Amino acid sequence: MTEDSNALHFHYDVDGNNFTSAGEASVQVKRMLRQMGYHPDLIRRISVAMYEGEINMVIHAKGGDADVYVTPDCITVILKDVGPGIKDVNLAMQEGYSTAPDNIRSLGFGAGMGLPNMKRYSDELIIDSVVGVGTTITMKFKSA
Amino acid sequence: MTIREIAERIDAVVYAEPEQMDEDLSGAFASDMMSDVLAFGEGHAVLVTGLLNPQIVRTAHMLDMSCIIVVRGKVASEEIKQLAASNEIAMLETKMTMFETCGKLYEGGLRK
Repeated sequence: MTEDSNALHFHYDVDGNNFTSAGEASVQVKRMLRQMGYHPDLIRRISVAMYEGEINMVIHAKGGDADVYVTPDCITVILKDVGPGIKDVNLAMQEGYSTAPDNIRSLGFGAGMGLPNMKRYSDELIIDSVVGVGTTITMKFKSA
Repeated sequence: MTIREIAERIDAVVYAEPEQMDEDLSGAFASDMMSDVLAFGEGHAVLVTGLLNPQIVRTAHMLDMSCIIVVRGKVASEEIKQLAASNEIAMLETKMTMFETCGKLYEGGLRK
């Protein structure tokens, strides 16, 4: 995905081996967007959607890369992993459908709300997934 | 309801700064599933949960929720309490069940 060369770019490594630290990239993005003065409602939508994506990367894909691009009218979050891929995207988009293992549910996730929440909170969600290769999630948030 | 009023009603152990105690909360969401909280939770509300791990704090933080009530007598670790404090989230621990806690909050005026 090519982004506007004038965009501010922030990169984060999502550690897939540590559930405790999952969400730290989203925390940093939230802090940064606050400093940049964005509306709290927009910041909440972006940080919740990105947090769900980060959790998914940790649960399903042993982590990956998170990139955030900021332009005057749009904030784009790209989450890229080299995990197992999503077999049936339509099914994964259904609220309540989950392939997460039981031990993840005991941690408060795996309710089958991750992708639906990402769609709910973003203005545009693009899922590019190939089984056995990996998944790239692109979320766009209009800021103007 | 303020965090102070909530703490009194549910007989909670409180971990918060004094100035947080008078913050007025507009609602509550109760669940052990954080994804459900992320779907329905709102800012300036209280999170009622029986789950106890750092992700309850991150979930509340992402949603701008300013208070977490841990129910059923669970005791938060130092790590979780510190994470909450560093994000200016008040932590309350109560021996009440989730049902009782929600009842007390509803009775006290939190209706959504």
